Amino acid sequence: MDEFMAARWQMGVSLGFHIIFACIGMVMPWFMFVSEWKWVKTNNPVYLDLAKAWAKGVAIFFAVGAVSGTVLSFELGMLWPTFMEHAGPIFGLPFSWEGTAFFVEAIALGLWLYGWGRLSKKVHLYTGLVVGIAGVMSGVFVISANAWMNAPAGFDWVNGQAENIDPVAAMFNRAWFHQTHHMTIAAFSATGFAVAGVHALLYMKTKYDIHARAIKIALAFAAVAAILQPLSGDHAAKMVAKLQPAKLAAFESHFETTTRAPLVIGGIPDVEERKLNHAIKIPGALSFLAQGDFNAEVQGLEEFPRDEWPPVMFTHFSFQLMVAIGMFLALLGVIFLIGTFKYKHWLTKKWWLILLVIATPLGYLAVEAGWMVTEVGRQPWIIYGIMKTRDSLTPMPGIQYTFYVIAAIYLMLTFIVIWLFSRQIKMLHLKYRSND
Amino acid sequence: MTEVIFAILTIALLLYVILGGADFGGGILELFTRGKASEVVSRAIAPVWEANHVWLILVIVILFVGFPPVYSTVLTTLHIPILLALIGIIFRGSAFTFRHYDIQEETPNKIYSSMFRYSSLFTTLFLGVSVGGIILGEISTDYSKGFYEIYIHPWFNLFSFSIGIFLIILFAFLANIYTLVEIKDEKEVDRFARLAKYMIAALVVAGGVVFAAAEINGHHLFLEFLQSPVSIVFVVLATLALPILWKNLKRNRQNLLRLVAGFQTTMIVGGWFAIQFPILVNLKDAPDITLQNSKAPEQVQFYMLIALVVGVLIILPYIGYLYKVFKFSTVSEPPQNANKDSGEM
Repeated sequence: MDEFMAARWQMGVSLGFHIIFACIGMVMPWFMFVSEWKWVKTNNPVYLDLAKAWAKGVAIFFAVGAVSGTVLSFELGMLWPTFMEHAGPIFGLPFSWEGTAFFVEAIALGLWLYGWGRLSKKVHLYTGLVVGIAGVMSGVFVISANAWMNAPAGFDWVNGQAENIDPVAAMFNRAWFHQTHHMTIAAFSATGFAVAGVHALLYMKTKYDIHARAIKIALAFAAVAAILQPLSGDHAAKMVAKLQPAKLAAFESHFETTTRAPLVIGGIPDVEERKLNHAIKIPGALSFLAQGDFNAEVQGLEEFPRDEWPPVMFTHFSFQLMVAIGMFLALLGVIFLIGTFKYKHWLTKKWWLILLVIATPLGYLAVEAGWMVTEVGRQPWIIYGIMKTRDSLTPMPGIQYTFYVIAAIYLMLTFIVIWLFSRQIKMLHLKYRSND
Repeated sequence: MTEVIFAILTIALLLYVILGGADFGGGILELFTRGKASEVVSRAIAPVWEANHVWLILVIVILFVGFPPVYSTVLTTLHIPILLALIGIIFRGSAFTFRHYDIQEETPNKIYSSMFRYSSLFTTLFLGVSVGGIILGEISTDYSKGFYEIYIHPWFNLFSFSIGIFLIILFAFLANIYTLVEIKDEKEVDRFARLAKYMIAALVVAGGVVFAAAEINGHHLFLEFLQSPVSIVFVVLATLALPILWKNLKRNRQNLLRLVAGFQTTMIVGGWFAIQFPILVNLKDAPDITLQNSKAPEQVQFYMLIALVVGVLIILPYIGYLYKVFKFSTVSEPPQNANKDSGEM
């Protein structure tokens, strides 16, 4: 592995690790808030138990998310100093706001976690809401900064230097809106299905009421998010078609520019031959999805110099995986809503619980795939059309070794967190067993 | 405007040293006392540690937005000690949370505790070493030179490590003072008060070592110090505060102690900044990076300042509230929840 690939892998592993914890830290407070709110309203202690049980998990996830986020803020400069020196002043504004949002989130979470009995019931309840709102805002700011890398705005690039910097225009770049809604919805959908899946498994084992109630709260969020996600994705794809046509072409392994471009499902791209094998093709659908017209022209990769293509195979598979999972989760969302309003007995059936268990890791898998689509699909650029990733690499040799170290640490932490998580569940069950 | 942003940067750094430093110090103190302090430290840190460490992120953001060459130069040349500090931060934060939230069993608890203690020490050392590298002026941006010259030499020296050791003692001292407030047992208070006195003595010695090490490494810190009246005033004030601290350790005046310890730390950081100002990073073979030659364009500073001011107006009262709920209430009422909570699930 050369220095450059090692640096990209290190960044990828760090972000891929952080993003899961960030999603959990952003979404779980909403579930905890609803559970606590139900407890206040119904006085049913099971909701209090649920909120507290979730809180212990969240405290662990949030802490790991916070430290891995801290590491990222340094890593950007340790791996890509040239990028940060030029981009920092331009796309830094959302980071400045994110600082505040994250601060508020950390303070409110401290109050919420340790404030039982110290804060009044009402203050405690709404502190949970503050955590949730600040978390979502914090996510939105970070994604806006990333969006700027895809759709750079708010500066003039003169002889390799940025001039006339307008931080506000940079923050509200043309990609910020679709990227933020797509990621925020994804976080709710992924976390909701993960939580519901874990509780579905536990419910099948124990039949404890607490798990049934947990599933309901998590799915209320997840179902709505999963159903909205295809719409959000459609908007995102249309914007990508406009802003980064090479990326869109890589999603679909669309090599030649054509009118009535087909939407492809699956398939194995052959980059050398510029062909896509074994794919299902829906004629005209890509033209329609990208431009809103079945006969519109969609640019193929051939329009771009070969050295400006993103890695086609990787981007293609990531995109297909993300879309497939998104559709499956949307279907589950529809089943849940129908079950809630019409066929209540569906939701206690074994097949439904099994579907939920299957869905447990899928949302996060889609989040990771989507993140690959965004980041790998932007290559070879770090600032799209302005600066190449390779040109911003740190001059320090030996990045392979820092990559191995970071990867080993994160791998180890992943196992520890999973182990801790299973211990938390055991503890909860011990309590309920003794209550029986 | 640049000065205002720099002032906010200074305050953020200071709060990180005072609040975050006390958290690091908590781990170091546990190590020094072989775990005696661990329950008190845990209880004192748990609700506030996440918030305390956001100050570091704020410092980093201000640097890469407002003074980008500082950020990119420091993170390139001091890559290694900063990476080591980051690894320490990962282990420390995780271990602390795991210890607090996992089932209370002996073996895992022991592992978390020693992870927390050693990584607190390790992180502090390498944060200090990195700061030492920034001050010493051996950083070179001529990347054609050898690996050792560029990436090792600037921080692998007596001076940088003396700063690291100074920081370890300072943080342990801060934690010691804050911990005094949380202890109820009279005998233990005496023990920790005695420990604090040793630390004050060690701090004075370590301070002297820093100046000596600077001379050995060819950086005339003492001369620069003598030429900076502001710095002299700060150090004199810090020294004058010592007897106050010393005397009140006997009398067990906890809130005053906290205040004086915070004041002293402020003076130390202030003294350092006064010597440096307006230089941000001392370079070996190029003009130093200063406030003026590294600042981002006006427009960038303006919008960042708005974000920072609004942020500070929101954060400071809220963090004050956090401390009010958890720190100052423990003096009068024992926390009934801490024990109940851990036994509950």
